Amino acid sequence: MKKRRLIPVLLLKDGWLVQSKGFNRYQNLGNPITAVKRLSEWASDELIYLDISRRDEYDLRRDDLNHPNRRNILNIIEDVSKETFMPITVGGRIRSLKDIEVRLSKGADKVAINTKPLEDPRFISEAAKEFGSQCLVVSIDVKTVNGRPTVMTDGGRSPTEHAPTGWARTAQESGAGEIFLNSVDRDGAKTGYDLILVDEVVKAVKIPVIACGGAGEWKHFGEVLSQTAVDAVAAANIFHYVDQSVYLAKKYLFEHKFDVRNPDLLVLR
Amino acid sequence: MMTKARVCILDYGCGNVKSVYNLVSTLDAEVTVSNAPQAIADASHLVLPGVGAFGRSMDRIRELLPMADLQSAVQRQGKPFLGICVGMQVLAVTGREFGEHPGLGWVPGEVRQLETAGMPLPHVGWNNIRIESPTPLLEGLGESPDFYFVHSFALRTDAPGLIAATAEYGQRFPAVIAQGNLYGVQFHPEKSQRPGIRLFKNFLALS
Repeated sequence: MKKRRLIPVLLLKDGWLVQSKGFNRYQNLGNPITAVKRLSEWASDELIYLDISRRDEYDLRRDDLNHPNRRNILNIIEDVSKETFMPITVGGRIRSLKDIEVRLSKGADKVAINTKPLEDPRFISEAAKEFGSQCLVVSIDVKTVNGRPTVMTDGGRSPTEHAPTGWARTAQESGAGEIFLNSVDRDGAKTGYDLILVDEVVKAVKIPVIACGGAGEWKHFGEVLSQTAVDAVAAANIFHYVDQSVYLAKKYLFEHKFDVRNPDLLVLR
Repeated sequence: MMTKARVCILDYGCGNVKSVYNLVSTLDAEVTVSNAPQAIADASHLVLPGVGAFGRSMDRIRELLPMADLQSAVQRQGKPFLGICVGMQVLAVTGREFGEHPGLGWVPGEVRQLETAGMPLPHVGWNNIRIESPTPLLEGLGESPDFYFVHSFALRTDAPGLIAATAEYGQRFPAVIAQGNLYGVQFHPEKSQRPGIRLFKNFLALS
């Protein structure tokens, strides 16, 4: 039986690991590589790295604090893929086929694309043709605008004319392999997933959907898994509050009879 | 004393070579990524990674791999060979993904789209396998270990002796095949954490 996945999301801003609230407030959590060691082997099923930097230059050259932790996303992927043998998705700032190729060659298994396909939907089919649907995750940020769930672009800042279900279907038809569905309203709110949104999008497409945004307690994972047919649950902030967080979340789900991998078989070598 | 395994990872431009390399590098083995006849001749173990579509992969394999040398190493010298995902699928006679494409034909069967009875495709995620016939490749992994899968197509074969393990996703399909020194896995052991590491260790212990 296929298991449903639990996926920590690591948000990187200017080379730092951060926490996010409402897509606009950030708190620095430190070094992204040590975070992986902490998170990855404790029963995570995959990892998603999202680079939410706004600046074009943020690597060591721009490092006025001279701090050794500031790394560029490509170095981070390279290091992470040597440390941990599980699927890694990398998103953020992907604007060309070349951007995808570079990330895959550094050890990413999949890429998450968001803004570029909204500007040019052909980008999905071009990328699918070149690299295969299996490595293409279309990331969809949704926010309630005038009472209506609306697909957002530009890092959750600007509304588009798309409704989430329609855009998810377009992404699927263009060759997306998975949908990464993120609720901007719930980001950092700790009030649980947007179950209505997740349910609608899951029902609109045949490809797997990963739900993200709103997890504040382990039971929120249980809610979205039991009340929707979502394929995977992802979260960022919640996994940084406690030690062994992914393991504990997995254990909670396993003990509550959800179809997840048994975390006891997975702890560190 | 056993000599160290010398692993050659074949690179035809379609596989996630780096991920396989990263994992095997942590084990007690010498690893090279190469298509050179000499590298294949020097190797004790061969790995054919794979990601993507059947037809394109076969085109690249024909274009970039020295087929006569590979065939000699695998079929005459009997070096342990592991095909991963599409690298397993291309061992079949035919692939039916975006048209019909001849495969290497080293194992009987053809590759067809999974019939999932409405479940999402591709089949992405962790699934347990069921061991159908014991093989040293799966030693120490228990009755039904979980591995990471990403695929829409799978092997169909009526050669039952070929299938070492199956998995279920809408339909039951071959997850591990074994035919003499020839092994194939539909999942990605290089992305399967501990069970994956164990599988590679088992593979390197084959001689």
